[in-house]
Amino acid sequence: MTLLAIYVALLALIWALTAFLSLRIRQRDGFTTRKTVTFGDESAVRPSRVASVASVLVIFLIWGAFTGSAWTFIHAPAEWQMRPIWLPPPENVWHRLISIANDGYRNFTLWEHLSISIWRVLAGFFLGALVGIPLGFAMGLNNFLRGWFDPIVEFMRPVPPLALIPLVIIWFGIDEKAKIILLFLAALWIMAIAARAGVAGVALSKVHAAYSLGASKAQILRHVIVPNALPEIFTGARVAMGVCWGTVVAAELVAAEKGAGFTIMVASRFMQTDIVLMGIILIGIIGYSIDMAMRTAERFLVPWKGRG
Amino acid sequence: MADLRIENLSMTFSLPNGSKIEALKDVSLTIGDGEIVSVLGPSGCGKTTLLNILAGFLAPTEGSVRLGDKPVTGPDRSRGMVFQQGALFEWMSVAKNVGFGPRMAGRKRAEIDSRVDALLDTVGLQGFGDKAVYELSGGMQQRVALARCLANDPEVILMDEPLGALDALTREKMQGLVLKLWKDTGKTIVLITHSVEEALLLGERLIVMAPRPGRIHAEYRLPFAEKGVGEDLRAIKRLPEFSARRDEILEMIWEMEEEIMGRSEVAT
Repeated sequence: MTLLAIYVALLALIWALTAFLSLRIRQRDGFTTRKTVTFGDESAVRPSRVASVASVLVIFLIWGAFTGSAWTFIHAPAEWQMRPIWLPPPENVWHRLISIANDGYRNFTLWEHLSISIWRVLAGFFLGALVGIPLGFAMGLNNFLRGWFDPIVEFMRPVPPLALIPLVIIWFGIDEKAKIILLFLAALWIMAIAARAGVAGVALSKVHAAYSLGASKAQILRHVIVPNALPEIFTGARVAMGVCWGTVVAAELVAAEKGAGFTIMVASRFMQTDIVLMGIILIGIIGYSIDMAMRTAERFLVPWKGRG
Repeated sequence: MADLRIENLSMTFSLPNGSKIEALKDVSLTIGDGEIVSVLGPSGCGKTTLLNILAGFLAPTEGSVRLGDKPVTGPDRSRGMVFQQGALFEWMSVAKNVGFGPRMAGRKRAEIDSRVDALLDTVGLQGFGDKAVYELSGGMQQRVALARCLANDPEVILMDEPLGALDALTREKMQGLVLKLWKDTGKTIVLITHSVEEALLLGERLIVMAPRPGRIHAEYRLPFAEKGVGEDLRAIKRLPEFSARRDEILEMIWEMEEEIMGRSEVAT
């Protein structure tokens, strides 16, 4: 409760401070700055960079202040200090990161733990896309195949991949193959539905135009339907990558001998909270990086997205 | 080169509730080689259905369409289409769009390139070949659509409200371009429009259709398209015989609309 009050107080203080300062410093003179109505005009709302930086700093400040960190200049009274077993100070987490990066953890280096998780995600996603995209196209283009696969896809779509972990363990054990199959299943339905939506989204006039220009069915698939579906497929791929990343961590929590999820699961058994925090932060950073990479790829590969 | 013969065309749709809609009933029309024909009518008169049958996208329930001695059974390169908008391939550059037909036919690269360059010149888009289509204005996009259609050298060009989405000023310019292309290429053109002025300006022949069932209501032979080639279209619009025709046709369509309104009021 005290913590929340302090957080809100800091937020209000910094807000007031930046508002006061920005009155002094003239904003760049753009069209948006001339708008008089901004409350309710979402396009005029720009994230304040100052606020973002301050937000991150405040989190570290509070974290440090309540854990007796050597990094922060303010400290909470001794009776409010957290014990390291509940919440270690940020520098402990940092030192852990350095030492694990140098010496490894549980027989594997940090890089091996992280890269195996990333490898599992990429392999599972790639296989899922490899099967899911043609499946989605088939469902979008043919009555029989649409009817045949509809019940399967519609049934599997709402099943969370985490619910499949026990079954996958029973059937395939806990080795690499089992994890990749799980991630394949996580990506498969998402990619199939995205590809199907992509086919459904092609404007009939484009297809008609292509037929009138003498294109064959195969040419229409290759030159009209596939490129038209690509933006939709990319959106699906971003979702699928996110889901796969979440699923791999969860699967490693359940059973694994290395991986990002494995690291925090084992650390928590030995009450090594600093390692758990380090793992969570790394998992977050990697997940965010994957999404950013997908967005960048999207900008380069499908620049026509939303311009039809 | 060949005439487009439309013989006793009927198109009946069944609705899920069991009732039937006669989108077209016993429509016959022969369009001569090199003619430009505009088709006008209130919404629901079946003009788009007619065009889709001519293109080969729909099979009529009765009757037939023949281009010369070949029956029309599906879409092919002999009949090109120009749509209202959004039919360009936005993943291709302007030049790739224009060269799409010849490329699909497996023509040689050099041949395609020179053809595309010549056509971009014709429609006034020289130097825009490498642009993405979404960087172009609506009017320029329709120029690309016209060039893409011509690149395939079709016998007949079917236009479904090609200028419908353009602003009034651009529209006027594009009407001039359509007339110029018609004169220069000698293609048969069938053009569907909502605009009475456009139908009068761009039709050597003007077909007025009536709804429920969709049928040909009236037909005119008009001098304006021939006169308009290379001329100021605004001057033609000021001719007394032009305004007389316009008023006559507006009156006719107005009456049809009134009749539909009256009927649906009774029905509800």
